[in-house]
Amino acid sequence: MSIFWNIWIIGLTLACIALVTWVLFANRKVAIKDDEEPENRTTGHVYDGIEEYDNPLPKWWFQLFVGTLVFTAVYLVIYPGLGSFPGVTGWTSLNQLEREQDKARDVHSEIYSAFLQTPIEELAQDNAAMKMAVRLFANNCAVCHGADGGGNYGFPNLTDKDWLYGGSADKIKETITHGRAGSMPAWGPIIGEPNVLAVSEYVLSLSNQEHDKDLAAKGSAVFQQNCIACHGVDGTGNQALGAPNLADNIWLYDGSREGIAYSVRNGRANVMPAQKDMLQEEKIHLLAAYVYSLSLEN
Amino acid sequence: MSNDTAASALPAPAYNYHVVRQFSIMTIVWGVVGMAVGVLLAAQLMWPDLNDFWQPFSHFGRLRPLHTNAVIFAFGGCALFATSYFVVQRTCQAPLFGGFLVPFTFWGWQAVIVAAAITLPMGFTTSKEYAELEWPIDILITLVWVAYAIVFFGTIVKRRTQHIYVANWFFGAFIITVAVLHVVNSAAVPVHWLKSYSAYAGAADAMIQWWYGHNAVGFFLTAGFLGIMYYFVPKQAGRPVYSYQLSIVHFWALISVYVWAGAHHLHYSALPDWAQSLGMVMSLILLAPSWGGMINGMMTLSGAWHKLRTDPTLRFLVVSLSFYGMSTFEGPMMSIKTVNALSHNTDWTIGHVHAGALGWVAMISIGSIYHLLPVLTGQKAMWSVRLINAHFWLATVGTVLYIASMWVNGITQGLMWRAFNTDGTLTYSFVESVEASYPGYFVRFLGGAFFLSGMLLMAYNAYRTVNSKNAIEPEKAAQPQLA
Repeated sequence: MSIFWNIWIIGLTLACIALVTWVLFANRKVAIKDDEEPENRTTGHVYDGIEEYDNPLPKWWFQLFVGTLVFTAVYLVIYPGLGSFPGVTGWTSLNQLEREQDKARDVHSEIYSAFLQTPIEELAQDNAAMKMAVRLFANNCAVCHGADGGGNYGFPNLTDKDWLYGGSADKIKETITHGRAGSMPAWGPIIGEPNVLAVSEYVLSLSNQEHDKDLAAKGSAVFQQNCIACHGVDGTGNQALGAPNLADNIWLYDGSREGIAYSVRNGRANVMPAQKDMLQEEKIHLLAAYVYSLSLEN
Repeated sequence: MSNDTAASALPAPAYNYHVVRQFSIMTIVWGVVGMAVGVLLAAQLMWPDLNDFWQPFSHFGRLRPLHTNAVIFAFGGCALFATSYFVVQRTCQAPLFGGFLVPFTFWGWQAVIVAAAITLPMGFTTSKEYAELEWPIDILITLVWVAYAIVFFGTIVKRRTQHIYVANWFFGAFIITVAVLHVVNSAAVPVHWLKSYSAYAGAADAMIQWWYGHNAVGFFLTAGFLGIMYYFVPKQAGRPVYSYQLSIVHFWALISVYVWAGAHHLHYSALPDWAQSLGMVMSLILLAPSWGGMINGMMTLSGAWHKLRTDPTLRFLVVSLSFYGMSTFEGPMMSIKTVNALSHNTDWTIGHVHAGALGWVAMISIGSIYHLLPVLTGQKAMWSVRLINAHFWLATVGTVLYIASMWVNGITQGLMWRAFNTDGTLTYSFVESVEASYPGYFVRFLGGAFFLSGMLLMAYNAYRTVNSKNAIEPEKAAQPQLA
């Protein structure tokens, strides 16, 4: 904050509080003496038949007012509030947050680090650990992947055995730690609409869905030319690239004719955010075990 | 007393009651519309399928700004226009200044409301809360508001009383400040006719927005309505205002402190700490000035409390002051950071807003319209005083149901969101807190339905009053009657 703005803020603040205080104290005494009959103590103004008494300020109200002014003065000394003056305690909302986070980390890391030594495969069998993991999952993952891990449109189902990037314990942990960025290019402008429709028909045939045989045959050529680099010659995908298996009739998006054509035409971009800066390693370890356990149950 | 008495002995001028009557009737119409949308929204939160009856126009996200704009600016705005035009003429003993500008404020304001009712459901929005209307409508608002200021202050200048009555201080402060708030907050770069981007960015945009948003509450819904209070409470009670000194102190304190308080909407956000702290302490200082208005209104009734038994209109006015006192206590408490950490983003905030909106703003508007309509039509009373009484109870019960259910919901949500397990995970997922809110949503829906049904009684009562064979034209009703 520059010196100008500092003075501007402090000056205006103090001037406003001083003005209010002055108005309050300057009007403490009423113009008309108390010993006159209360009923006669009007100001003498009449507006459309309305008169005004000249009663003094209620004492308790005056004291309440003074009380809030005193509180303000004290508060502005203790806490930031007057321009860049930080207040005598040095409190900031950021250092309050950091204090609370540090405290929480101290308390909780002890609980979680106990699991860090246990291999994920083993941890997945530990009921007590999984109870805690369910809550971690509900807090951090369920908003996209669903409370049961069953996924949603655009968000992978974690309970089946179909993995985009691999379902081994290490791969799951890697996915959670570093996140993933899936990207399918938009093929519409490159191959043209007739080829989009043809290749979509071929993709339908890969998962044994109802399809037009002639068109699928034409699409097969398009597929071999453009798609096999990622999705493989047989369309079963490539976990190293996160290219989905197209032959298992499990769909991240929409597996209908229109849905597949849409994906081919416009491409897809999908992001799983990296958790390494949001959760500590011990929590990620536990979460990985939980996700691993989900696919074991089925 | 001498000067004012001398002035009132002159033949009173023929006041312009025509525009007052227009605005009074539209207050009721927009009240019914705005609250009906509110009840629909409450029902949508209870039964989400109700979002779908006419997608996308019937979606909560489209209708919510329609509700807030309709009740604040259409219902509340018309009430403010009606009462301020009436009060400024009567207390200045001067007819409205400004000639054609007077009907322009009426038709211009109605055009703004209709434009809002069309563009908001269509999805045109600046996405700034309480300032969602796009820039061409903002320009029309500005024109109407400047005309309003010319009419109001022109009438004050031409007054035949020596002093300016306290109600007019509040109306004046409200008109000037709302002009400044609207112009500054709505500054935007247009892209095309119905799309613009705010002139501010990031935390500064948020701060400007809440400086505006909170003072829409502070000046539109508080200062303006205190102006209503200062005329209609003493008038209906037939008692002098309690304390002129208190009027002076709480007026100046209220208008100078309110503009600082907006930052309390942005606690624990990217707003710098100093601005948050300042917003909090200024909100606390606001407690006494806010209560000053309540005390002045309540104490005005000393010696006239018995009238509450027979006069439901006065009951509306007095109960509105109780809700005003309650919500202006609640507001400073919620601005305290540690309390805000619990209440922020919960239904408590919505309850707080409606304690003010239903309990204070709507009730005092309703009370003053019940006072106005007989005066404007040259009759002794509304068509049915018993219906006013029924309306009073519907409105009071509705408000209490609304506020209480939102307190319960808000505190439940706040506590569920911050509940931790010993392993540091959250005890509840968000959706569990939504599930826990359903009973409260239902009670809130009931409360809103109560309040709306009261408004329907009012509409019927007003229709019968205005169309009564005893009713006379506003021009005749405005003819001078020497007090």
